[in-house]
Amino acid sequence: MSELIVSSAFFGSVLSLAAYFIGVWMKNRFRLAIFNPILIAVLLCIAFLAVTGISYDTYYASARYLGWFLTPATVCLAIPLYEQLSKLKENFAAICVGILSGVLTSLVTVLVIALVFHLTHEQYVTLLPKSVTSPIGMGIAEELGGYPAITVPVIILTGLVGNVVAEPFLKLLRVTDPVAKGIAIGSSSHALGTAKALEMGEVEGAMASLSIATSGLITVVGASIFAQFL
Amino acid sequence: MKILKQIFLILLISFLGEALHALLPLPIPASIYGLVLMLAALCAHIIRLEDVKGVGMYLVEVMTVFFIPITVQLIDSWADIRAMLIPAVLTITVSTLIVMAVSGVLTQAVVSRKGGEKDE
Repeated sequence: MSELIVSSAFFGSVLSLAAYFIGVWMKNRFRLAIFNPILIAVLLCIAFLAVTGISYDTYYASARYLGWFLTPATVCLAIPLYEQLSKLKENFAAICVGILSGVLTSLVTVLVIALVFHLTHEQYVTLLPKSVTSPIGMGIAEELGGYPAITVPVIILTGLVGNVVAEPFLKLLRVTDPVAKGIAIGSSSHALGTAKALEMGEVEGAMASLSIATSGLITVVGASIFAQFL
Repeated sequence: MKILKQIFLILLISFLGEALHALLPLPIPASIYGLVLMLAALCAHIIRLEDVKGVGMYLVEVMTVFFIPITVQLIDSWADIRAMLIPAVLTITVSTLIVMAVSGVLTQAVVSRKGGEKDE
């Protein structure tokens, strides 16, 4: 059995998708934001690996085929964006303000946290790119001398938080404009948040997709400036 | 054949994104180069929307699932995060909420201010 799991090309993807469907079932059953299918799927997979003693590397050896789709899927975020290009032109100033303020707020809040907790430069730049998509964030952390191994899970958990809280939190703040919702979600919680924005509506999804790429690119510059502050 | 053509174009753009990532010395991933290339190709009518939309929108709709494998890696990176647990947790939660709030509220403020004026 264990040999089959180690040599399998399908085990990891089957486990991930099975866990996801349990998550979808729980979400439909309980209808609470915390029953997020991805959150449940990840927790179930971790629990399964911990109980059975199967290592992450063994799981990932076959689960990576599922992760392989992430690059083409991100490329295709250009499609909803293209379909809403008129919205982008119409609201160009607001979108620029939203994305720039998002990037700046992210960098400033991490700087404040780093100063309050007396983080080292290495720890600080590890957290700095937390709101951008993980491959960009990993590159930034590496470039600035941080620990990419911590940056990546921090980024992914940030995305998960955004995915779970976006809908109730933006409602609470009375942010109802679809462009504003999309920009807020995309610039705070990259692709995982964007998946939620796409569920909320076409405009939300397109604006979030735009924010991922744009705030990612601005953060490349912004983080290298902010890295000098500590 | 139609679907195969869509898959081909999406993978082709992904590959071109990889090529740019390999050629240019910037911390920008293949997927972001690909996103920009796809948008440019659609705008320039090099690729027609219907030649990528079916498969493309399907991938976008189920995208969160593709994050599961890398997120499960938490089981291994937990030990590294523990060394700076409280600042990391604050960064993940509080900072993320502040960013979402500032960006959302400001965007909405500018959108609605413009809504009051006449369109050019």
